[in-house]
Amino acid sequence: MNKHDPKGIPHTTPRQSATFTQDVNSDIRRAAATGIYDIRGGGAKRKVPSFDDLLFMGASISRYPLEGYREKCETSVTIGGLHAENPIELDIPITIAGMSFGALSGPAKEALGRGASAAGTSTTTGDGGMTPEERGHSDKLVYQYLPSRYGMNPDDLRKADAIEIVVGQGAKPGGGGMLLGQKISDRVAEMRNLPKGIDQRSACRHPDWTGPDDLEIKILELREITGWKVPIYVKVAGARPYYDTTLAIKAGADAVVLDGMQGGTAATQDVFIEHVGQPTLAIVRPAVQALQDLGMHRKVQLILSGGIRSGADVAKAMALGADAVAIGTAALIALGDNDPKWEAEYNKLGTTAGAYDDWHEGQDPAGITTQDPELMKRFDPIEGGRRLRNYLKVMTLEAQTIARACGKNHLHNLEPEDLVALTMEAAAMAKVPLAGTDWYPGKPNTTF
Amino acid sequence: MQTIDLQEIGLRELNKTLHAQAADTNQTAWEIVNPKGAHAIACGLDAPIEVTVKGSTGYYCAGMNQQATVNIHGSAGPGTGENIMSGKIVIEGDASQYLGATGHGGLIVVKGNASSRCGISMKGVNIVVQGSVGHMSAFMGQSGNLVVCGDAGDALGDSCYEARFFVRGTVKSLGADCEKKEMRPEHIEILKGLLDEAGIDANPAEFTRYGSARTLYNFDVDNAGAY
Repeated sequence: MNKHDPKGIPHTTPRQSATFTQDVNSDIRRAAATGIYDIRGGGAKRKVPSFDDLLFMGASISRYPLEGYREKCETSVTIGGLHAENPIELDIPITIAGMSFGALSGPAKEALGRGASAAGTSTTTGDGGMTPEERGHSDKLVYQYLPSRYGMNPDDLRKADAIEIVVGQGAKPGGGGMLLGQKISDRVAEMRNLPKGIDQRSACRHPDWTGPDDLEIKILELREITGWKVPIYVKVAGARPYYDTTLAIKAGADAVVLDGMQGGTAATQDVFIEHVGQPTLAIVRPAVQALQDLGMHRKVQLILSGGIRSGADVAKAMALGADAVAIGTAALIALGDNDPKWEAEYNKLGTTAGAYDDWHEGQDPAGITTQDPELMKRFDPIEGGRRLRNYLKVMTLEAQTIARACGKNHLHNLEPEDLVALTMEAAAMAKVPLAGTDWYPGKPNTTF
Repeated sequence: MQTIDLQEIGLRELNKTLHAQAADTNQTAWEIVNPKGAHAIACGLDAPIEVTVKGSTGYYCAGMNQQATVNIHGSAGPGTGENIMSGKIVIEGDASQYLGATGHGGLIVVKGNASSRCGISMKGVNIVVQGSVGHMSAFMGQSGNLVVCGDAGDALGDSCYEARFFVRGTVKSLGADCEKKEMRPEHIEILKGLLDEAGIDANPAEFTRYGSARTLYNFDVDNAGAY
């Protein structure tokens, strides 16, 4: 008998609400205490249909494999050959996504350049301009052209190997950048022409163009300024991939960078990250369809990003029609972000390794997403670059392993017909059959 | 004086020719005829040359200008002088929207009026408009000066940082966090210098200064209604 209940009436088990979960309640208490929305870094943390829901079938009697250690499986990719005199030639189809100096420390940017260059791929600037250490250590550097135009100048533009016009980002389609006062150091303030220590509010729209017709003229201007030498990419969030890809091609882009909601940001509202945008798996086929409808597939390259973690993800993205992928969060983890070796310090910040996402606060124990000189000392750009190179090599070997198993001598030869889906959702999004069936959910009147 | 007929040689050849001028070129005077509203005329210049466009221009004329002087003997389309770094742009007619957007330096003079979002996100450029400017001018202006000899439209200087605005006429409304400021002697000096450089005869004492109230520099829930 319950000692608190002398009458002996049985108690129901204490029951947590599925609506008001402990997580939700903590959000409400935080909002009530502070009066400001929750800001964090990273991409969507919620579970969404993903490449994990797809499997390769591998070789069989009807398809024969390549010998893993004897027969070559090519990995190179050329980006931007449509209009540019000097397209980007990469050894591997895995690029480093745009991350700003400001969000990341100078040495972290240097490490990204070192690792990417050693692996034969490109890296990308971010919403804060081009730094000399980044340019110096990157064989191929893509210069982002963003709404804020912080640090934007024609000299750096002409030093770039490609230009990426950023329209949107998977973590926050329709949102601008954000860099809070803690990270606006003297150097960051000078590069962005802002007072030190303020909470920077970046624009979400470009200041001098709106819509696809203007974009076409903006691309013309950038080409004229750079002498039609370098490719021009257009980066869009996974919002309306069919139409965004169509309009980017119409405006004259050499490549489309498409970023799903698992793609990270340095800082934005949690509500934005978790509730706006579409999963990476859901956006790739509509974009490829747009390219095919315009006869531009493999002519205008599609670079997919947002939660790419392994060679399997690379292979799946390419099988669905992407020409290359970009990694951001995964690259930071390779550098040492969220490493359990800093667990005690993560605990002091009220979090744990793997969950740390308050990058905007500039207190990163790993010394990567910070401008604090003491924390920055913990990060060695040479070691970081080596780790990133290793990781990129492993991803490439993994993707090759899968491609050979599917009988492909180039990663680009992977195709949707190599895939099945484990769930109906993934089958419908990827437009591949549900495993063990000839059913393509959402696609009328089709069989194998 | 070198004269180029844009319709004859085309945009690529025109810009290629202008880009090829070295810092010590002796061919410093260029005239472009038949512009017919073409886009991206004389963008990306980086030499101390003087280019005069005989007619009206489309988008992004003299975009990202460095060192050069570009005169437009007509009206100028959207985004003229965007991201200007240095040098000078003089527009004899009116200017369309986003004039001098994100400009980092140099001077832009408009003899007529400028449309909406004049000086949006300005980062050090000086803009002098003899007429009036449209709505949302100097939105998010970071630094530099916007001088308006006529009137300013709605929401002048919305969400601005440290840019200065001098308006002689009326301001229809001020944007979020933009306020009227005291005109101290140093501001009269700055304004006088800009008017002189622009070749505009106006009395600096007749202008009012506006700038950031700096209440939105760090987020405060009590200011949430400003957005």
